[in-house]
Amino acid sequence: MKAAVIVFPGSNCDRDLAVAFERAGADVTMVWHKDTDLPAGLDIVGIPGGFSFGDYLRCGAIAANSPICKSLIAHTERGGYAMGICNGFQVLTETGILPGALRRNANLKYICKTVGLRVENAETPFTAGYETGQEINIPIAHHDGNYFVTDEKLAQLQGEGRVAFTYTDNPNGSVADIAGVISKNRRVLGMMPHPERAADERHGGTDGVAMFRALMDQLVTA
Amino acid sequence: MKARVHVMLKNGVLDPQGEAVRHALGQLGFDGVNGVRQGKVIELDLADGTTEATVKEMCEKLLANTVIESYSIELN
Repeated sequence: MKAAVIVFPGSNCDRDLAVAFERAGADVTMVWHKDTDLPAGLDIVGIPGGFSFGDYLRCGAIAANSPICKSLIAHTERGGYAMGICNGFQVLTETGILPGALRRNANLKYICKTVGLRVENAETPFTAGYETGQEINIPIAHHDGNYFVTDEKLAQLQGEGRVAFTYTDNPNGSVADIAGVISKNRRVLGMMPHPERAADERHGGTDGVAMFRALMDQLVTA
Repeated sequence: MKARVHVMLKNGVLDPQGEAVRHALGQLGFDGVNGVRQGKVIELDLADGTTEATVKEMCEKLLANTVIESYSIELN
């Protein structure tokens, strides 16, 4: 599996994400935001957490307009895989690759803690290592993770099985407790929690490992 | 020429910051504040002849996230 991790000024989970991909067996290339092309023969693009461009204007808004994101959009339009975590999820919504938007947390606080997630759909390349309905523990660390979609879009996402994860105890006010959503073709995942921070015993939890392993299985056999 | 862009959360999108300000005003003894919505103002210093259509494009592409925000433009 060939993975690329995009690095923006202010990304701070890029190396963690690269390590999680590598542990699953991927060859990882780091790609700078000013690059215009993604590496050839790529299986998946990771958009990491952090505070790209200092969260100026809106979280992810300036990153979404960086040169590499044109290639990212083209990659997903061709049916390529991508995974955006935390700030990466914000970038995916700002580019329009995934629906919705992330607002300021309802309690206005930056929240950094491990939370319970329910796997809502295990029939995706990202969640195949879990069972639908399984509860896992993954850390969150965000100030703007309050997911919003219109009622109409929410009904569509739910009807199409595109809610990947929900919070068991909603920490941020997200509509319908949504923690992660997936594209219609099941190849782009965006989520606020950090599976790459639950990928080693020394992290205090390993519930994120199954996600990277499932991806590896999917992309090696694909 | 200058343009001023006002960006607000759309009606129906909960504004937790506005809600916190409303609450704080109540605590200061200002009764009758039924609602507060907090937005932002972006001032642009533009080359003469820049059209409103161009500013609108800036709003659509970057300055506002039209999923949750609305915007208005003042040109002068």
